Amino acid sequence: MTETIFKRPKYLKDAVFHYCPGCGHGITHRLVAEVIEELDIADRSICVPPAGCAVLAYDYFDIDVGEAAHGRGAAVATGLKRVLPDRIVFTYQGDGDMAAIGTAETIHAANRGENITTIFINNGTYGMTGGQMAPTTLVGQKSTTTPGGRDTKRDGNPLRLSEMLALLDGTIYIERVSVTSPKNIRAAKKAIKKAFQIQMDRLGYSLVEVLSPCPTNWKMSPVDSCKWIDEYMTKTFPIGVIKDNSENK
Amino acid sequence: MITKTAFAGSGGQGVLSMGYILAYAAMRDKKNVTYLPSYGAEVRGGTANCTVCISDEEIASPVASAPDYAIVLNKPSMLKYQGIIRKGGIMLVNSSLVDAKAEREDIEVIYIPANKLALELGSERAVNMIMLGAFAAKTGVTSLESLAGGMSDVLKSKSAGLVDLNKKGIERGAEYALHER
Amino acid sequence: MTEKVLMSGNHVIGEAAVRAGCSFYAGYPITPQNELTEYMAGAMAKLDDGTFIQAESEIAAINMLIGASMAGARVMTSSSSPGISLKQEGISFLSALELPAVIVNCMRGGPGLGNIAPSQGDYFQATRGGGHGDYRNIVLGPASGQEICDLVTKAFDYADEYLTPVMILLDGMMGQMMEPVVFPEYRDISTLPEKTWKIDGAKGRPRRVIKSLLLDVNVEEAHNWKLVRRYEQIKDKIQMAESYKTSDAKLTVIAYGIAARIAKSAVDRAREEGIKAGLLRPVTLWPFPERSLREAASNNTEFLVYEMSTGQMIEDVRLSLNGSSRIHFHGRPGGPVSTPADIYEQIKKYYPR
Ligand SMILES: Cc1ncc(C[n+]2csc(CCOP(=O)(O)OP(=O)(O)O)c2C)c(N)n1
Ligand code: SF4
Repeated sequence: MTETIFKRPKYLKDAVFHYCPGCGHGITHRLVAEVIEELDIADRSICVPPAGCAVLAYDYFDIDVGEAAHGRGAAVATGLKRVLPDRIVFTYQGDGDMAAIGTAETIHAANRGENITTIFINNGTYGMTGGQMAPTTLVGQKSTTTPGGRDTKRDGNPLRLSEMLALLDGTIYIERVSVTSPKNIRAAKKAIKKAFQIQMDRLGYSLVEVLSPCPTNWKMSPVDSCKWIDEYMTKTFPIGVIKDNSENK
Repeated sequence: MITKTAFAGSGGQGVLSMGYILAYAAMRDKKNVTYLPSYGAEVRGGTANCTVCISDEEIASPVASAPDYAIVLNKPSMLKYQGIIRKGGIMLVNSSLVDAKAEREDIEVIYIPANKLALELGSERAVNMIMLGAFAAKTGVTSLESLAGGMSDVLKSKSAGLVDLNKKGIERGAEYALHER
Repeated sequence: MTEKVLMSGNHVIGEAAVRAGCSFYAGYPITPQNELTEYMAGAMAKLDDGTFIQAESEIAAINMLIGASMAGARVMTSSSSPGISLKQEGISFLSALELPAVIVNCMRGGPGLGNIAPSQGDYFQATRGGGHGDYRNIVLGPASGQEICDLVTKAFDYADEYLTPVMILLDGMMGQMMEPVVFPEYRDISTLPEKTWKIDGAKGRPRRVIKSLLLDVNVEEAHNWKLVRRYEQIKDKIQMAESYKTSDAKLTVIAYGIAARIAKSAVDRAREEGIKAGLLRPVTLWPFPERSLREAASNNTEFLVYEMSTGQMIEDVRLSLNGSSRIHFHGRPGGPVSTPADIYEQIKKYYPR
């Protein structure tokens, strides 16, 4: 007798990912779809995808989807959620989308305590536009716009948006995870599930930051990319719970 | 027939509420009206003015090239409006605050010592209604009853005491303009 | 409320919007339209399902509208010139996503920070589509308090019917001026056609996607043609203009909004002097009322375009008349307002002899 132990999550459409081999977006999509299935919220969930590599998320998530312009996800989600307070609204955003062009919308939605969830993909680069510096690019890291490596004097320092958001009274739960190993992936799924649960319990703003490999723009193999996250990226962006106020609510 | 009246003075003198109350009273009398206030930084800079048009027909421009009437509460306003008021028009000046005399011969200028009259009624808050009462009595643009009725509609939710004072102000201004100058 | 109330244009917009069933407003303070934002704060709080958000920027506000419109609400935002510049990205998205929304621009002097005085300098931005892409928006230019009320009411219906943002274009003076207005009854929005495209969770129906990314060029082209067909339909159906003493006019002033009010007084004055002047006032700025213009032109009149800008609407006049008539121009930019006497002088100057 054979038992199916690995199958496509119910709410991930039967489509081939356009993501590069070894990219963290694919894994994270899968986790989000599994969580939606396990929480049984597919028929009341709305995804707001970004401009970024995940712009095509509507080709994968088999739920209602409403597009946002680059960086404006938090504002679009705010509008949706305020009109439909009993639906589950989440944004899925990259680090350029969220921590550069959309910083204002993100901070203010979080500060208002909008009852939405954000999946924040930190891959240290602008994947979609071809590997330019992101606000999260590490010091010394090479990108197409920092060919000699990120120089703090010229380019500033990596922006720790999750830590910044944790300072706001409106945020309930913020955790940074990575998808570099089965153990880390399990932890990531747990965090994502918790973030959605917090929204379902109407507690307020929740966010999961995912350290996510971009082998293509990092010019590394998928395995080396994961190693690089574990060894270097986590020094600037340590994984773990950054804020959890859910017990006090 | 359309009449265009300009109100001008400094911020806090009740210039805008004078115009608003006139417009409201005329609307109550089923006239067409427009009330155009100065706004924003202009007000903050210390001057306030507004233009009220009243007509039986539809009002085209709410902007007055040459107003028929002007009520001015300080000297800069008098200097400005004496230049643009139409020939044969009427200007009412608060002479308690404006020591100069208007220079035009072809308009009628009426000086009302409004602050003095208001103090006699018990409060300087009545200054603008004294001017408005004098204006209504001299021009007939609206009746004193309409003015008092409009004023009390506008202010009654705010303060009954002020309504009484204002009523007295309207009457006193009218009396002064008609009989005591 | 069948009785007349004396209200500023900004407040009229707010009250008319509420009565039209608007339940979502987001905005950011800017003079000279703050009274509208403030009005909506109070009005939305009184509704069971009303949302008011003072957004962190005009960009955020228009994007909140996108979300709320996707969710099916009747939505409005307002601003003045510099803020409307920031909203352009969102307006392009609303157009592409085929989402209804009402956007108010209470214009002030510009470019740049400019001033807060009345101006008509944003005509191009409004009628040409200030954002990116090949789109048009319905633009309505009211000239009185009552017309503000009527056009705001219409704007919500047009937005729903044609799935497009609708802009109310007025100037700071219209926003501040008070006139008596009679409001319509409250709209029962449950009687409106169901929004079969909205996203509210795929319960008992196939899931829906609202998006504008159309990577396949053929699909994008087809989408654009679909919008064009809708624009043609709008052009055909909703052109509006007021004609005043035009039938025997030898010189017809063309002006919109507050400028038209001023011009009307000038026309009256001219008539008193035996000058055959008329006024043609576009009410829809997009679609531009070409038919009314051509009709007026067939009476052998010359035209004088008057704008509180340096020559924007005149381009639409030229396009509409296509060389058939002589067109003169008088414009004044930056915030100062001409008086009826000024425009009367212009009428005399250009009156054909
Ligand atoms: C207003 C605007 N500016 C620029 C772009 C181009 N753009 C699309 S995605 C993107 C950056 C994507 O980077 P990130 O958010 O980190 O996501 P990733 O692709 O790495 O997942 C940029 C700059 C755009 N779509 N809109
Ligand atoms: S470019 Fe990077 S982020 Fe984008 S799909 Fe490829 S690996 Fe993923």
